[in-house]
Amino acid sequence: MTAAAGGAVALAWPFIDQMNPSADTRALASIEFDVTKVGEGQQVVVKWRGKPLFVRNRTKAEIAKAVADDGASMKDPQKDADRVKPGKAQWLIVGGNCTHLGCVPTFGGGEYGGWFCPCHGSVYDTSGRIRKGPAPKNLIVPEYAFLSDTKVKIG
Amino acid sequence: MSGHSTYEPKTGFERWLDARLPIVRLGYDSFVDYPTPRNLNYWWTFGGILSLCLASQLITGIILVMHYTPSADHAFASVEHIMRDVNYGWLIRYMHANGASMFFIAVYIHMLRGLYYGSYKAPREVLWLLGCVIYLLMMATAFMGYVLPWGQMSFHGAVVITNLFGALPVVGESITTWLWGGFAVDNPTLNRFFSLHYLLPFMIAGVVILHIWALHVVGQNNPTGVEPKSKADTVPFTPYATVKDGFAMSVFLILFAWFVFFMPNALGHADNYIPANPLVTPSHIVPEWYFLPFYAILRAVPDKLMGVLAMFGAIACLFALPWLDTSKVRSMRYRPTAKIHFFIFVVACCVLGVCGAKLPDDQVIPGVTTFQLMASDLNSFVWLSRVAALYYFAFFLVILPMLGLTEKTLPVPDSIASPALSHPAAAPAEATAAPEMKG
Repeated sequence: MTAAAGGAVALAWPFIDQMNPSADTRALASIEFDVTKVGEGQQVVVKWRGKPLFVRNRTKAEIAKAVADDGASMKDPQKDADRVKPGKAQWLIVGGNCTHLGCVPTFGGGEYGGWFCPCHGSVYDTSGRIRKGPAPKNLIVPEYAFLSDTKVKIG
Repeated sequence: MSGHSTYEPKTGFERWLDARLPIVRLGYDSFVDYPTPRNLNYWWTFGGILSLCLASQLITGIILVMHYTPSADHAFASVEHIMRDVNYGWLIRYMHANGASMFFIAVYIHMLRGLYYGSYKAPREVLWLLGCVIYLLMMATAFMGYVLPWGQMSFHGAVVITNLFGALPVVGESITTWLWGGFAVDNPTLNRFFSLHYLLPFMIAGVVILHIWALHVVGQNNPTGVEPKSKADTVPFTPYATVKDGFAMSVFLILFAWFVFFMPNALGHADNYIPANPLVTPSHIVPEWYFLPFYAILRAVPDKLMGVLAMFGAIACLFALPWLDTSKVRSMRYRPTAKIHFFIFVVACCVLGVCGAKLPDDQVIPGVTTFQLMASDLNSFVWLSRVAALYYFAFFLVILPMLGLTEKTLPVPDSIASPALSHPAAAPAEATAAPEMKG
């Protein structure tokens, strides 16, 4: 009995697992990006692991606004300083998919000057934190590191 | 309802076949001699129309596959190839795309008819549940089919719907990755959707056979909700139902042809003629019209997980309906209060549909600003959808269970052939006094 059940599970697993990401998909490498391509107050959208990634060069006013709001009531409270690398506060690098259902939010939209998701109306601030709407989490900050002053390695 | 067979093989071959595989007998008993209630109205013709829709989708779909390429790099171009180069490809694709909408128009009428006339009540619960399963399969099939052209709406529709499963705690992310076959909607997703889009219609056809089987076991409901009691209450399927169904199908096909030939893109979105681009979401993303009410319910709830649960709950209500409605009277023709709520329910569904097509913060009454509640102005479509969604759930979970216990129903006729209402004097006294005793 147990052997039969074990056999059934062992046979079922390959049929289930075949739908998970294949080896070539999993082997996607990390990318390097030259941040000098991004003008002040602008963002560049980079494709990383099939998804958009926002690299935003924030103005002083935008950073100040984000820092000033650190204490505001938020769904997913986080300090602006925890979302950027020390001394690199102007470079905000976040995943470009709304944490609600994965749409790509539009740059500069919404009342907090960050992003506005056109699908279900989520509003992010200039730190990519969720401020209004159905999204549960802040825009994801991926693992990345500055290789030099201008070169960043993501993933 | 299905009595003994009256089929008599006429030729020697028919007798030979009947002793080995009584398939002609099955057809005769089901579609010729089958007794149907004599009072069926045109709302009862949609079962036949739906069979026609399924057949049309299967045939056009199988033809489209002969010319379509299921690959993220070639799908969009192959659909354009069908539209521009394949002989009559435009016709077949427009029949398939608009056929999906026609299918849903017919199924919604079919479901509302069942709701109004109480066709889900004992002994038809399994018949109703099988119908709900068909509806679920239809939604899955339609969604996956819409992804295949790999346009902007296809792509981002797939992103949004697959991300719904990401709302589930703990396992959500693993499930979405598993559904995608990658870290985003991409070529593996397209290929598996194509495979399943080809499979599911045949599963629908299988459940349709069960649906018809269950129908033939318990017999058709009818506008009075009273079971046929004698031969006077029924007429044979042929010619009565066949002619009526045939006429209704013809009228329905006129509507279908009108869409296919004169406004083939009216129900679609222009954005889907732009190739899929994962880096840009269309500024106004909406699902196909038949999903709009559920989409509005999803957006009405400010919490992600709760919104997803509410949306699936809206469909779960349909499955639970036979046990939520406590009334002994089947047809709402004799339930004056339930009838009013039924029409409000239809309006609520339409309102949800309109809300689903609008941006959440758009104003319902232009130019009027009221006050903010839960971070949205009260004069907004998100608030309108909250009100309508509340009614949707209240209808199933509060109104139908309570109403059956409190409502004063009208007298139910003694039989189909002798309506009590038109001949009150002729009806036996207990028939009007105790409607709950009637089948």
